[in-house]
Amino acid sequence: MTSVLEIDKLFVSFATPDGAVEAVTGVSLSVEAGECLGLVGESGSGKSQTFMAAMGLLADNGTATGHIRLDGINLLSATEKQLNKVRGERIAMIFQDPMTSLTPHMKIGRQLSEVLIEHQGADKETGRRRALEMLDRVHIPEAERRLDMYPHELSGGLRQRVMIAMALMCEPEVIIADEPTTALDVTVQAQILDLLTEVKDNLGAAIVLITHDLGVVAGLADRVAVMYAGRIVEQGTVGDIFATPTHPYTQGLLACTPRLDVETEELVTIAGQPPNLQNLPTGCSFHPRCPHVFDQCKAQRPSLEKMPGGQARACFHAAMGAAE
Amino acid sequence: MWAYFTRRLFIAIPTLWVVITVAFFLMRLAPGGPFDQEAPLPPEIMANLKAAYGLDQPLWWQYVNYLGNLLQGDFGPSFKYKDFSVTELIGQGFPVSIQNGAAALFLAVLVGIPLGAMAALRQNSGADHAAMTVAMTGIVIPNFVVGPLLALVFGIWLRETMFALPVAGWNNGALPNRILPVICLALPFIAYIARITRASLIETLRTNYVRTARAKGLPFRMVVLRHAFKSAMIPVVTYLGPATVFLLTGSMVIETIFGLPGIGRYFVQGALNRDYTLVMGVTILAASLVIFLNLLVDMAYAWLDPKVRYE
Repeated sequence: MTSVLEIDKLFVSFATPDGAVEAVTGVSLSVEAGECLGLVGESGSGKSQTFMAAMGLLADNGTATGHIRLDGINLLSATEKQLNKVRGERIAMIFQDPMTSLTPHMKIGRQLSEVLIEHQGADKETGRRRALEMLDRVHIPEAERRLDMYPHELSGGLRQRVMIAMALMCEPEVIIADEPTTALDVTVQAQILDLLTEVKDNLGAAIVLITHDLGVVAGLADRVAVMYAGRIVEQGTVGDIFATPTHPYTQGLLACTPRLDVETEELVTIAGQPPNLQNLPTGCSFHPRCPHVFDQCKAQRPSLEKMPGGQARACFHAAMGAAE
Repeated sequence: MWAYFTRRLFIAIPTLWVVITVAFFLMRLAPGGPFDQEAPLPPEIMANLKAAYGLDQPLWWQYVNYLGNLLQGDFGPSFKYKDFSVTELIGQGFPVSIQNGAAALFLAVLVGIPLGAMAALRQNSGADHAAMTVAMTGIVIPNFVVGPLLALVFGIWLRETMFALPVAGWNNGALPNRILPVICLALPFIAYIARITRASLIETLRTNYVRTARAKGLPFRMVVLRHAFKSAMIPVVTYLGPATVFLLTGSMVIETIFGLPGIGRYFVQGALNRDYTLVMGVTILAASLVIFLNLLVDMAYAWLDPKVRYE
């Protein structure tokens, strides 16, 4: 299979009064049709900004360099007009906070149908019919009635379903879900994840799932990329990452996730703080928090190396272990 | 909605009554009276005058009388403008003030909102800084400076050109006579509205729902007009309520500079002259306008933000 979305050596930096801050440093990723890529990392690791760049939605002080190709179109060099043809139609995004992500003064139906009207020149009637169809598809009860409601009349879970329905309006090739469950109640989270799984299975779209929650990734993703301080530190199939994590950061993240099958007294944490992007440690950005740190880690930055099984990681310690 | 509207109008009655009562007694607390002059009148004449206007009665009786007349739509005679009732004075002056005020309001909204929106969309550009500098200038230069300046430019410097404009007088509402006072009246409001619009639109453009609208691939123009503009107008509408009252009730400064027969001067002169009935008349007018415009603003909120619903 060929990848629908390809990110090649992406750099994203933000101009701040204290100088430029590099949020994404040389990230390369790709997603195939029908595949779900989980992108995992702490806040500030650059996982969201990577795909904000793809959508052309970086803040005004942000600049992106590198290549992001969607079916041959380089999104980074596209004009606003070209981007608008792609956004919503071929690549759609579901945001973290459904409570504030819908326009408060517009009815749900209109917010949904305008996507179809804008991209496919549909008339209002067709747009509304399609909106209804999509609300049904994301299992919103009494969909017909909801079309004429305002966002504040719906619960957070329903609003996130509306956001998903909105993303599905034009059946895009790529759906980016940026922390789609973070702002929701735990029970609602599970429902939304089920829905995303359903979308993935039925639509054949490529899904990028951005999250800090490994539990979410385990249920939905086929492949996982772990980001730390703007770089990908480990990448592989979901099975490999969970069974044989090689990077100490990934191991730490997994250890932090409470498991039902292992009895523990305390919750494990990764020692230390995420690094300040303006003042990154020398060598490997993770070395001040790494339990396996040695001299080379402080002096040199490990590059992302592919291992025979397809798993890749950027870690000297893991490389030594493999060599032994 | 209509039930709410009617209920609010009913609540307005006790509000007005409180305003009337407070104004009535405050006015009487001020030392002096309507017939005080530099050379005091002989006591007999004073007594006659007071008797003629009912000022010899006990205060509470005057108050009851005033309320009774008011209920019949009678605002009483003016103490200073002899031969005129307050109703006549306001009836003559208010149309002038309201016409100027409405034109100034229209101009302020029509120029202020696009100016502020343009500045917001080109944030921190030269055009933004230029617009905001002009707006700030409009706010800090008082209209008693702007008025004579306009008169100097259009009345004297451009006297011989086609741009010459009359600098004083109402001339039965001839269009050229209205231009300078309306501009002078509108300038600070244009400035305020532009600044509020700019700040509010910039904030709205940073919201998550505007990001969603952009992620849908809508053209930026549509993102702004359809998704951002309505929310951005809420602070502007809030400001427009009291601003409209101020504009419609006339500005003493502008009406004095441009020699307009509006009611703006009655507010000040009435109080200085202890023209009790005139002060009461303009106070009731202003209070009614405040109440009515607040109601309109609340209605506008409901339209701008569906979360606001009155039942």
